[in-house]
Order: sequence, then structure tokens, then C-alpha cells
Amino acid sequence: MVNLFPLTVRSAQTSRRGKLLVGPVNLDLGGAGATVVMGPNGSGKTSLLRLLHGAARLTGGAIEWACAEEEARSRQGFVFQRPVMLRRTVLDNLMYPLRMRGTARSDAQTLAEEWAHRVGLNPMLARMATNLSGGEQQKLALARAMITQPQVLFLDEPTAALDGRATREVEAVLRAARASGTRLILSTHDLGQAKRLADEVIFLLHGQVQEHSDARSFFDAPKSIEARAFLRGDIVE
Amino acid sequence: MGDLWAGLSEAVRLLVTLDGDLVQITLRSLQVTLSALVIGSAIALPLAAFLAVRRFRFRRGVIAVLNALMGLPPVVVGLIVYMLLSRSGPFGVLGLLFTPTAMIIAQVIIIVPLIASIAHQSLRDLWSEYHDLLISMNVTQAQKMRTLLWDARRALLTASLAGFGRAIGEVGAIMIVGGNIDNATRVLTTAIALETGKGDFALALGLGIILIALAITVNLAIHWLSRTEAEGRW
Repeated sequence: MVNLFPLTVRSAQTSRRGKLLVGPVNLDLGGAGATVVMGPNGSGKTSLLRLLHGAARLTGGAIEWACAEEEARSRQGFVFQRPVMLRRTVLDNLMYPLRMRGTARSDAQTLAEEWAHRVGLNPMLARMATNLSGGEQQKLALARAMITQPQVLFLDEPTAALDGRATREVEAVLRAARASGTRLILSTHDLGQAKRLADEVIFLLHGQVQEHSDARSFFDAPKSIEARAFLRGDIVE
Repeated sequence: MGDLWAGLSEAVRLLVTLDGDLVQITLRSLQVTLSALVIGSAIALPLAAFLAVRRFRFRRGVIAVLNALMGLPPVVVGLIVYMLLSRSGPFGVLGLLFTPTAMIIAQVIIIVPLIASIAHQSLRDLWSEYHDLLISMNVTQAQKMRTLLWDARRALLTASLAGFGRAIGEVGAIMIVGGNIDNATRVLTTAIALETGKGDFALALGLGIILIALAITVNLAIHWLSRTEAEGRW
């Protein structure tokens, strides 16, 4: 199997209508574990994830995967803060990415049913996805992103709008994915979640990487003043 | 008021007796309009999806022109199609003038901008909802277009029905290119125009009532067949 990592980011940046959203960013990411992107509102967490994923236009610098870009794109998944549901049934939503990749209908259906079972949505296969609750929609979005077995999964504040129970269920799926070798890169506001999931942390401020270190170092002894203030719960601007 | 009652009773009489001419004219109306609708939708819906998904130079200009063409005067369309299909025109050799095919061509030209514009509105909204998801799934442009067309199919039905409404009631263009020839190109609208000209208002009104009933019936049938009123689907 082609390996996507290491991922090398050099002076990468993205702008929109002349406004710099994030960057220039320099990062080296290895191929295992979970990287949690943290930072205050407007620090560029979503933009960084979109930039790495290729959903935001690179307006400067370079992002290099260990394989061809097209190959890398096909081995990634992305889960949005607000889940986007196709106006189809739960089963059809799950089958969609597989069908787009040319998987036979019967195989796609078998896999979709298996994933629905894993995330606890099997009794709802025939329901319209848009009629599910927020937590159910996010679990569906997660299963839909993982059904193609991506090597790396980007998650933009995946539990921001969920209650405790749904958050626990989503985190259980993420832990299982990490254990099976899926590389996780997620942003979160939730300090507790970051501590529960992170192997390493990227701390962003004003679109710049303030700190990139392993989780224990970051939470025990953050290097920057802003990161310390953020972890204390102070307002960081 | 007398003409109205006479029209109603004439309509009932024509329907009850299954008047041969009426059946023939009605079937021809349906044949021409439904053919134009199928061809027009096959052109307009992918065009609308393309305009929703692709970003290219002059895209806004194309959309503006398409919207403007919704008000295309049918008589002018009829005149242009007439000139193209007439013996001295570039397609005169095909011998299509004064045939139902010529009427279908004129109707297609009239309804394509209408269907495409209405469909584009719906597909543009859906695209703004799906954009990030489909980009993240790395699907091809053709797959994006197919996804939008499938998921917005009920809204697109409304666009197509608007095209049907415009085509079934059209008279100017098809009168010019069809010629309103008895047993050949006469349809409900041109028959109404003819009977009105002859002063037979009762028959004209009877045909008009049948035309309205036909338009409503086809709309209801399509809604029913596609189950647009089913819970959670509209």
C-alpha cells in the first residue's frame, strides 16, 4: 500500500479575497497517531485542515505528501463540524463514496450495512439522513468518511455540536480508527477531548503555528505564553 | 356569459362523444409537447448542473443570457426556425417545415432557457450545500453533476413542469413552423386560434377548457408518479 507520510509543509498559506487565512506554516507530520489542532476562535484551525486536505487553495509555499498528490487525495477523508448530509437515505449516504469509486452495488451495500452497525445506525438505514438528530448525522458523516478506509482522516471540531453521549460514541469510533492505523488530524475547542485523543498538538494563533509538540509536553509544559494562557482558560486574542 | 356556458357544454359534448378530431388534436398536442419536454430537459438539466458546478470565464454572462432568454418571444423563435427550415434555408433539404418535428424544434428552443434557469437556481443552492463534501470526497466533475441532478430531482421536476406549461400553451411559434394543417400539424392551441378567428367561440372555449384540463392532469400525474408529496421528500 502507498504510504502518504511523512507530510512536509513548507511556508504553506491560503488566502481568500486578499485576506490571509492561515500561514505561512511549516510542519512535519509522521504517519501514526492523532494530531490535535488547537487555538482560539479565528486562529485558522479549519483553514489549516482544509489546506492540508487540499480543499483550500494553496496560495503560497508547498505541501508535499510522500506520494503523488492525486493518490494522496484519494486516501483522505474529511468530517465537517456541521455534517453535510446528502438528500438520500442513511444507506445511500454510506454507499455513496464507494459507488463513486466504482465499487459494485452489492459490495457497497454490504460494507455500508457493516459500518452502520459499527456506529449504531443499523436500525435507521432506510431513513432520510436529513431527518436524523445532530449526533446521528455526525456518526453517519464519520462512518461515510471512514468507509473507504482512508489513511488519514481530517476532522473539523467533530463533536462541537454534540451532547456528552454522542461525543463519547464519536470518540470511541475515532479511537478504534486510530488503533487500526488511521492517521487522525482533528481540530477541537474541547480541552478534555484534546487530552483524551491527542498524541501530538499543534497550537495555532493568528494563522501561525505557535507550538507543535507531543501531547504530554504541550499539556504539562507549554512553551509559549499564549499556549499557557489558553490552557489556563484565559481569553487569548 | 352565454358563450361561457356554450363553451362548457361544448367541451362536455366533445369529451363525452370522444370526438375524433378532438382526440387526434389532443394526442398531437401531447406528442409534440412531451417530445419537446423530454428533449428540452435532456439539454437544459445537464446545462444547469454544469453551470452550477463549473467555474469558467464568462460564466456569469452565460447565466445572465440564459435568464434573459426565458422571455424569448415565441413568434421570433418561430420566424427563425421557419427561416432555417424553409426550402431556401440551411436545413431546407431536410423537409421538416410544416411537420410536428419543426414544432418540436421550436418548442425546445423556447423551453430550454426556462427549464435551465429554474433548474440552475435549485442546483446552485444544493451545490453550495454539497460543495465541501464532494470536494473532500474527490469526486469527478461528471459525478458532481450527476449527484446534484439526482438529489435535486424533485426541484428539477418543477422546472420541467414549468417548461411543459410554457410549451403546451404555446401558439405563435408552432403556428408559423407547423402551419396549423388539419390532420397533420393542428394542435389544441392552433385549433383554438383558428376557431376564434372563424367566430366559433363555443368550440374555441371548449378546446380551451380541455387544454387547461390536460395541463392540470399531466402536472398531477407527474407529481403522483414521482411521489413528490410523500412525507419528508418534498
